[in-house]
Amino acid sequence: MNYLHEDRVKKRMASRLIKNKLLKSFFLGATLLSLVVLAILMYRMISQGHAYLNWDFLTNFSSRFPQNAGIKAALIGSLWLLAVVAPVSLLFGVGAAVYLEEYAKKSKLTTFIQMNISNLAGVPSIVFGLLGLTIFVRMLSLGKSVLAAGFTMSLLILPVIIVASQEAIRAVPKDLREASYGMGATKWQTIVKIVLPSAIPGILTGGILALSRAIGETAPLVVLGIPVIIHFLPEGLLSEFTALPMQIFDWAKRPQEEFQYVAAAGILVLMIVLVIMNSVAIIIRNKFSKRY
Amino acid sequence: MKNWKYFMMTGIVGSALILGACGNDEKSNSSSNSSSSSAESNASASDHEKLEGKLSGDGSSTVAPIMEAIVEEYSAEQPKVQVSVGVSGTGGGFEKFINGETDFSDASRPIKDEEAAKLKEKGIDYTEMKIAYDGLSIVVNKENTWLKDATVKELKEIWIESGKDKKWSDINSKWPNEKIVYYSPGTESGTYDYFVNDILEGKDIVKSATLSEDDNVLVKGVESDKNAIGYFGFAYYIANKDKLSVVKVDGVEPTHDTIKSGEYTPLSRPLFVYVKNEAVKSNPVMYNFMKYAIDNAGDLAESVGYVRSPDEDYSEDLTKLEALK
Repeated sequence: MNYLHEDRVKKRMASRLIKNKLLKSFFLGATLLSLVVLAILMYRMISQGHAYLNWDFLTNFSSRFPQNAGIKAALIGSLWLLAVVAPVSLLFGVGAAVYLEEYAKKSKLTTFIQMNISNLAGVPSIVFGLLGLTIFVRMLSLGKSVLAAGFTMSLLILPVIIVASQEAIRAVPKDLREASYGMGATKWQTIVKIVLPSAIPGILTGGILALSRAIGETAPLVVLGIPVIIHFLPEGLLSEFTALPMQIFDWAKRPQEEFQYVAAAGILVLMIVLVIMNSVAIIIRNKFSKRY
Repeated sequence: MKNWKYFMMTGIVGSALILGACGNDEKSNSSSNSSSSSAESNASASDHEKLEGKLSGDGSSTVAPIMEAIVEEYSAEQPKVQVSVGVSGTGGGFEKFINGETDFSDASRPIKDEEAAKLKEKGIDYTEMKIAYDGLSIVVNKENTWLKDATVKELKEIWIESGKDKKWSDINSKWPNEKIVYYSPGTESGTYDYFVNDILEGKDIVKSATLSEDDNVLVKGVESDKNAIGYFGFAYYIANKDKLSVVKVDGVEPTHDTIKSGEYTPLSRPLFVYVKNEAVKSNPVMYNFMKYAIDNAGDLAESVGYVRSPDEDYSEDLTKLEALK
């Protein structure tokens, strides 16, 4: 008896092969699509912005003349912002993740909290801007300061950091923990000496990607009313400041066409900052992942 | 070796960016001289004492280029004074002004009654200064051959919502039988308020209009559609002169002269800065800044494509400012 109908298989073979090829090329296309978009974006930005991207661009304040416009205030402002967002969001984010993974009992309350954190990660950034405006700028009267914007941005990326850190902590093998307890270590010692070090590559990758988002986010800053025309550098956490996306947004709205190119140069600076940050994330991850 | 790939990728992306950055920078120095010339001419000797302090303002995106110019020149002269100006639109600026968050507010329309009432409620006294003029420019596509000159009545017919889609032929039977495409500044902008209040007399603007807070969106929209019509500040028209056609209003084309002389009515409008009286009184930096602003606003406004106010306006502003001190 013949279990395979060879003639039927043969008949369908051609169409199956075509189907296979079609789908394969579709998947390849899907993979390349994002890369092509990135390439087009980079090409446009570099071809438009390169003429304005030079040392003066980094060391000048903005100007009404496109030739003199520089990004100093925005670049330094964004670094100040980062200096607030990074410690605040990582401290609270990792703290929350450690609590949820290591301490919290599986109850309805923790499931509820967990669900809310996941939902918060999907809330549009402009909503966080409104929250920041009401609480930090007005209620706590921090004004349009680095601190107010930093706290707002921290809230925005906190859910992402918590979820990423939780994943990283969960991925630490149980054996390591049990070995630690077996050696007589306390819970705290186990967390600090065993769990966190081996989870750190995952935590930092998630964390730095989230920080990159905070650097590039514009909507919350617009809602907070972060000023754009600024010719001084922040002197402290309560100073007013401006940030890269705000400055780029402002240039893109100017009447003179040359400012479109200045905006492109600004975008290049922003992208370089992001590339540097992501590289740092990769380096840190590689360094730590070798330890275990 | 996954890590390798990451390194390669960042390496490639990074070097592409850096290579791109090494382009020519001939342009950078060409006009750096012109930036300081206008300010030097007006800097009076008495202003040379160095002050220290903080000021903050917010408001119209139309006024923003002038403010940028003022702040740029002022901070060259008084580097220790920290002036920060936001660009939230006229309405957004007044909201912050009412909240007491700013010392001055830029506006491309006069303050509204309800805004004035709120300020009164909060006990904030303010003074209005006119710092420059703008001519609201009505623009159409380059290929538009029919609309060269419009009366205010026609503008109303074109822009007021009538409940149905309008065609050019509905306004004038000689015009093409095609749907009009509208571009207008967004509702937060003073330009929108001014147009709706003063030209449309408060009636609703056509619902099909594309509203955008970014005037360059309007420029691109009108540029790319034969049947489009839009309006925005004079500076945007001047910067895009070769891409758009401007419509004369009652036979008058918007130019520096017709706007300044008031001949270009009713679309030429003053641009304002509203200052908090208390700030001028209590903060010497505020007085100094505003004096500088009024002294130089004319030149600086012209340098960014706006029109200087008549001299009487500036001397009137100055009198008002002195009275507040």
